[in-house]
Formats: sequence, structure tokens, C-alpha cells
Amino acid sequence: MTSNLFKSILLLLSSILTIIGIVLSITFGYADTNLLTTWEAFFHFNASNEHLIILEHRLPRALIATFVGASLAIAGALLQTMTKNPLASPGILGINAGAGLFVVLAMSIFQMTNLFSFTLVAFLGAAISALSILAISSVGHGGMTPINLTLAGTALGALFYSLTQGLLAINEAQLDQVLFWLAGSVQGRDLHMLWIVLPFLLVGWLITAIKMKQLNLLSLGEDVARGLGLNILRTKFLIILVVVLLAGGSVSIAGPISFIGLITPHIARKIIGTEHQWTIPFAAILGAILLLFADIGARYILMPQEVPVGAMTAFIGTPIFVYIARKGFNKG
Amino acid sequence: MKKLLNLQSRFYSQLIDLSALKQLGILIVVVAITFIISLSIGDSFISPLKVISILSGNGSEFDTLIVQEFRMPRIIVALFAGMGLAVSGAILQGIIRNPLASPDVIGISAGAGGAVVAFLAIFSDTNYSLTVSMEWMPVAAFVGALVTALLVYGLSWTNGVTATRLVMIGVGIAAFMQATSTVLMLAGPIYQASKANIWITGSVNSATWEQVKIIIPVIACLFFLSLLVTRHLNLQQFGDDVATSLGQGVQKTRLALLLLCTALVGSAVAFSGTIGFVGLMAPHIARRLVGSSFGSLIPVSACIGGILVVLADTIGRSMFGSIEVPAGVFTAAIGAPYFIYLLIKMQKR
Repeated sequence: MTSNLFKSILLLLSSILTIIGIVLSITFGYADTNLLTTWEAFFHFNASNEHLIILEHRLPRALIATFVGASLAIAGALLQTMTKNPLASPGILGINAGAGLFVVLAMSIFQMTNLFSFTLVAFLGAAISALSILAISSVGHGGMTPINLTLAGTALGALFYSLTQGLLAINEAQLDQVLFWLAGSVQGRDLHMLWIVLPFLLVGWLITAIKMKQLNLLSLGEDVARGLGLNILRTKFLIILVVVLLAGGSVSIAGPISFIGLITPHIARKIIGTEHQWTIPFAAILGAILLLFADIGARYILMPQEVPVGAMTAFIGTPIFVYIARKGFNKG
Repeated sequence: MKKLLNLQSRFYSQLIDLSALKQLGILIVVVAITFIISLSIGDSFISPLKVISILSGNGSEFDTLIVQEFRMPRIIVALFAGMGLAVSGAILQGIIRNPLASPDVIGISAGAGGAVVAFLAIFSDTNYSLTVSMEWMPVAAFVGALVTALLVYGLSWTNGVTATRLVMIGVGIAAFMQATSTVLMLAGPIYQASKANIWITGSVNSATWEQVKIIIPVIACLFFLSLLVTRHLNLQQFGDDVATSLGQGVQKTRLALLLLCTALVGSAVAFSGTIGFVGLMAPHIARRLVGSSFGSLIPVSACIGGILVVLADTIGRSMFGSIEVPAGVFTAAIGAPYFIYLLIKMQKR
């Protein structure tokens, strides 16, 4: 067992790395700037091009990457605990697929085109999709078993995804705008969008922080947890609510970014152990770090063109993940 | 009590559930009907009765041309690709013992996709026309699938391969391959990206009789091979410990099954592109119809996979006028509602 002191140090160090990531993300990119420019942009602002890029473009981007990365990681950790399936991620509640479908519908039927309206529509889509999956999987007395939930989620997710593809195939003209959104990116968003979504994310974080104990109980298995007095149904509903807030909020601002929710909980469990009061904060920090650095990398690979951040996440995340998988996972 | 039929010989033993056999019979009839109806639907409608007379060799010359040269090859490729994907999904879910496993999840399809995108990127000259024949693309896809599967297997090997490690590393490699495809597509010209994208979505649009001549024997052989190994698959369901104590060489069997599965996916996607959903959901639909013994699960999955892809292709080429939508778009649109219906119906029982 690793001691609590060691775990605290780990959390502290990784938080520092997150801050370094934020600073780097604000400082480096296509426009030639350095740490000094960044410092001046914040404290001696002179409305030069560089300063505007830093404050209007890169700062929102860094903050969004941090919040979205952390939220996706927490959502993934919660779902893996709840479904007892190491492959679970926010994707299995159909959140990305639902958001994608609604955005494409909004574009092709209501002619919406700006990113701001995408935010609201995407959140709506994520919530509706998660609720329908909940409803389908809990019809009848078999109830909302992990397997029913997983399968209903996967099937409905696939349905939404295929409808999205169908709509796109018919409306090729509008493809460009929405493809940019569908690839998942933290670029080109302004801070107002973050302020809209942030309350949802923070509420999700707060509920997770309060309910750590229940999560530890749930990971012992449903029978044991019930025997120890946990209200399983209520806990599950709460988890799904939190996942909708976190993953729905994330997809609505950054588009579908899938890999982080899946892998960071595994990495966190391997390094810091399986108690949720440690795993979840650590996973959140790792998620933020991964998305921050992936976003920085995405600017450099095909410069001046940007690579979708989801692709970059896979390039950075996969080697770490494979290494950890070879060492053997800790069960959640 | 279920009625069971016992088949036994030195190399093969199988208990066959008679009610599952009935389901299979019904499904085979459905496959035949789907086949004939999709032959009759298209730009010009040819009635199913006419189609049957064309198939038996006496139709008008023009109709025969449409049915035999334009529609038949793609429908046969769709049918067999669907069968291959569904069977490989069933086997993979058996090896990995996780209901979310499918050839898409552990990277086999993504590997084939990456290989095709790389093929288009490498063999294009400065005018963006291909320097080698298009016929090599299926080969690239097959090789991509095989190499990726071996890579996943190799990386998962530390003194044996466990099911969890295989699937987790597969997921990682799948993401990596997709990311590679995305970057290659972004770096190349737009039209090349859209060509690659159609392939990745999955389409049987370019099927020819030459392809039919390859896909039928290959998938058929692999399918019968799959039927022969069902008892090993059934055994793996009990977990490594039980399987070992009952005398199975768990690691060897797992590798053999994975290779079988890869061969199925590779030969299916070589001609149809990476059609999604079928490998994941056809086995689940089958499981809800005939239960989870692999002897009946595999043939029933195959029928369902075939029906799904043929229907998806028929809708894709006929519903939207002049626009042809790739078959891969509709497999989920048809399959998912049916699966959700089964899910709800089973729970009410």
C-alpha cells in the first residue's frame, strides 16, 4: 500500500504539472510569443495582436481544456465503477452520439451555424439521449442491471451516430462547419461558452466529492453494497445525473472527445490505487493534463493546420495506456 | 426441458437445441427473401417474381443485365461481408468475455482503415491519381487488419494473454490507428479524404464479380471453421482456470480464435470497408433469439449480420434518389431499433 503522504505528494505534483500545462498552452502556438509576452499580456496589456491572441484565443482554450479534460475523466471513472466494465466511458450513455445528432439536426433543419447555439443544443441532445437509455434499460422487472444499461446505451448510441451520418450524407453542403465540431476541439471557443457550462461541471464535481463513500461501497459489488445499507437505485441515478452534467457539459463545449474518459481512470487507479477519494481527483488532474498537452501538440504536428485534439489525445495517451495495461490494471 | 440433438464424432461434438434450429430455419428463409427483394429494388423496380425467373435463367435481356451485373455482385458481397463481421464479433465476444467487444473495439477494423488511408496516401502521384491498381486496396485492408491484430496480441503478451489485457490494449491501439487515419486524411487532398471516409464508413458500391469469386469461398471456409471450434469457445466462457482444468490449452486456443476472427474481419472489410455495428450487435441480437451456446449462436449471428448489411445497402442505394449513401450508415439505423425492441421484450418476460 502506498501511504497517504505519498498520494498527497502525487496529487500536489500533478497539480503543478497542470498549471505548467496551462501556462505552456497560453504561451506557445502559431503566433510567435514567449513567456514574457504572456506576462505582459496579463499585467501590461497594450492591445497588440500578440496580447489579443493570448487573452482572447489561447486563455479560453487552456481553461476549457483543463475543465473538460477533468470532467471527462471523472465521468469515465464513475461509469466504470457503476457498470463494472473496464470499457465503459461516457460514450456508453450515448452522450457524444446524442449531442452530435442534435447539433447536426439543428444545423440541417433550423439552419443554426454558430458555436454558441451548438452548446445549448448539444447539451440538450446529451441529456435526452442519456434519459432515453435510462428509460429503455429500466423497463420491466429485470431492471437497470449494468449489462442492460451498457447494451441499451451502445445500441442507442450507434443508432444516433448512424442517423447523424445519414443526415450528413444527404446535406453535404453544410458538412464543413459541422465536421469541425464533430471532430472535437477546444479551439475557437470564447470564455462566455465556458461560463455557461461551468456551473453544470462544478455541480457535478461537488456531488462526486460528497458521494465518495457510496462509490467505494458500490465498487464492492451491488449485493455487498446493498447489504451494507446503500440505496443502489438512488446511487445509480445520482451517478447518471452527474455523468450527464459532466460529459454533457464537456461535449457541448468541446464536441465529442472520447478517449480521455476511458483511459485516465485506469491510469489513475494503477498509480494511486482504487479508493475513490484518491482515484477520482487524480483521474481528474490526469485528464486535464492529457487534454492540455494534447491540445498543445495538436498545434504543432501539421502546422499551420491544426489536428483534431481527439487524435492527439490518442497519440499521447495510447503508449502510456499500453504500458500500464501490460503492468496489469487495478480493478475499479 | 429443452429438446437437444447430440452430434458427436472424434473431432466434433455439439449439442444442438432444436428450438434454436427452428429459429435458424426461419432466419435462412428471411435471408433468401431479403436477397430476392433487394435484387428487385433499385432505380428500376423489377418484381420479385421476375427476379426469380431471371435467376432460373429466363428473363428479358435488359432485366437480366440489371439484376446480374449491377445488383447481384454488391448484394452478395454485402451478404457475405455481413456474415463475416457478425461471426467474428461473436467469436471475439467469446474470447474476451465482454459484451462490448467487437472487431471495431479492439482495433482490427481501425487497422484495416488505417492501411487503406495509408495506401491511398502512399500510392498517389503529384496529380493525386493512383500509381497502382485499385485492386490492391483489399489486400492493403487485409494486411492492415492482420498486422494490427498481431500487434495487439504481441503487446498483450506477458507470460500469456489475458482477456482483459487483450481488450484494453486493443482499445488503445484502435484509438491510435484512428488518430493516424485522421492525420493522414487531413494532410492529404480533400477528395482523397472523402474517398477514404466512404471506405471507413463501409460501402459495397464498387463490388464486382471478381470480388464475389473471392469472398464467397473465403468467408464460407472461415464460417465452417468457426462452426468446428464452437466447443472451444463454449469452454472459454467458464474462464481460464476452468478451461485449463478441463484440458484446453487456453493460450493456444485464444491465439487460434483471434486469428480466425481477424481473417473473417480482414476478408469482410477488404471488399466492404469497415461497416460498423454488425460485429458488435448481430451477436447480441442472436443471443437474445437462441441463447448463448456458440453452436447455434454463430450461424444465427451470421444470418442476422448478412440481413443487416444487405438491407442497409438496399436502403442506401434506393432511398435517396441519385445520392448513394454508404451501407455502413444504415446498419445501426436498422439493427438498433430491433435490438432495443428485443431488450425491452426480454425484460418484460
